[in-house]
Amino acid sequence: MSIFEYNGSALVAMVGKNCFAIASDRRLGVQLQTIATDFQKIYQIHGKLFIGLAGLATDAQTLYQRLVFRHKLYQLREERDMKPETFASLVSAVLYEKRFGPYFCQPVIAGLGDEDKPFICTMDSIGAKELAKDFVVAGTASESLYGACEAMFKPDMEPEDLFETISQALLSSVDRDCLSGWGGHVYVVTPTEVTERILKGRMD
Amino acid sequence: MECVFGLVGKDFALVVADTSAVHSILVHKSNEDKIMLLDSHKLMGASGEAGDRVQFTEYIQKNVALYQFRNGIPLTTAAAANFTRGELATALRKNPYSVNILLAGYDKETGPSLYYIDYIASVHKVDKGAFGYGSYFSLAMMDRHYRSNMSVEEAVDLADKCIVEIRSRLVVAPPNFVIKIVDKDGAREYGWRETIKDTQVPAA
Repeated sequence: MSIFEYNGSALVAMVGKNCFAIASDRRLGVQLQTIATDFQKIYQIHGKLFIGLAGLATDAQTLYQRLVFRHKLYQLREERDMKPETFASLVSAVLYEKRFGPYFCQPVIAGLGDEDKPFICTMDSIGAKELAKDFVVAGTASESLYGACEAMFKPDMEPEDLFETISQALLSSVDRDCLSGWGGHVYVVTPTEVTERILKGRMD
Repeated sequence: MECVFGLVGKDFALVVADTSAVHSILVHKSNEDKIMLLDSHKLMGASGEAGDRVQFTEYIQKNVALYQFRNGIPLTTAAAANFTRGELATALRKNPYSVNILLAGYDKETGPSLYYIDYIASVHKVDKGAFGYGSYFSLAMMDRHYRSNMSVEEAVDLADKCIVEIRSRLVVAPPNFVIKIVDKDGAREYGWRETIKDTQVPAA
């Protein structure tokens, strides 16, 4: 089994009309055994920037701690929050530093940039950025997620529609992957508010 | 086939571990205590390679004590768990420790808590956790019978159920177990569950 499939994860981010949504599954496993069904994979960096970390849980936790540290330093020096594009470049640089001994993580970054324009991107474990205008996926269920998102996505969805779409895409994809699932965690972010919802899907 | 498991009850946390010290097919001793008292209100049940287990848990115990000497107040359970994770994570890509840890503690402000810390430094706060081959049986029993806010008698009864399952279903089941508890009055040994007693060697 690949090291990326040791803990199991599913992550997806989608762009809507002046908003974005980012969703993850909730399983923490050790290969075939499920340890917990409430594991957090999406972290908030600042009011309008979220990062989800798929892959090996220990590296996701280490990477998150390093990124929060770097962002807090940035906030102290620049006296403002980082733009999502800048943060994505930071994550890419941090990952490429470990080019020959990488963190086994795939980040999914979603944020509202200048004039609250939604920004999403993903990258591989050594920091190759992949910008997209519609959706990005990561994790053990990524192949199913690509299919589900491609079929269900429409541009310029309102927050409620976006929530429905991303939830359906996530739940139907993790149902085809034994290593991810046990519910879902969805954040829908607009310029004025952040809505966090827990999904109940197939608990198996 | 080391078995460690633990659970959180009403204002207490319980950790149970087997007590055999084994090298390949030989059982060196059957009363090896694998649950270390980190400080007055913390228990660390550890399983894994014998040398690493003792060295690493003693290192954590001494550093927890050092913090209390330097700062005049003890670490919280969450802080101790994150410190342990940090040490495991730093060593992971240099000289990894093969130790799985269940860290149970009681804090005045937040009550009892249990942390699952993998040998690759993934940490997660759980209500019930287990390591080793015994986890297949103990986690299943706890999934069936565990409720939140159990009393000490109910929790020990559940632990006994798990021990019975391990003894009857695991091919190289360890004969003896130790149960330790931590609550507002501190961390202490609760009892042993022995099927084999070491014979006393008469004094020369």
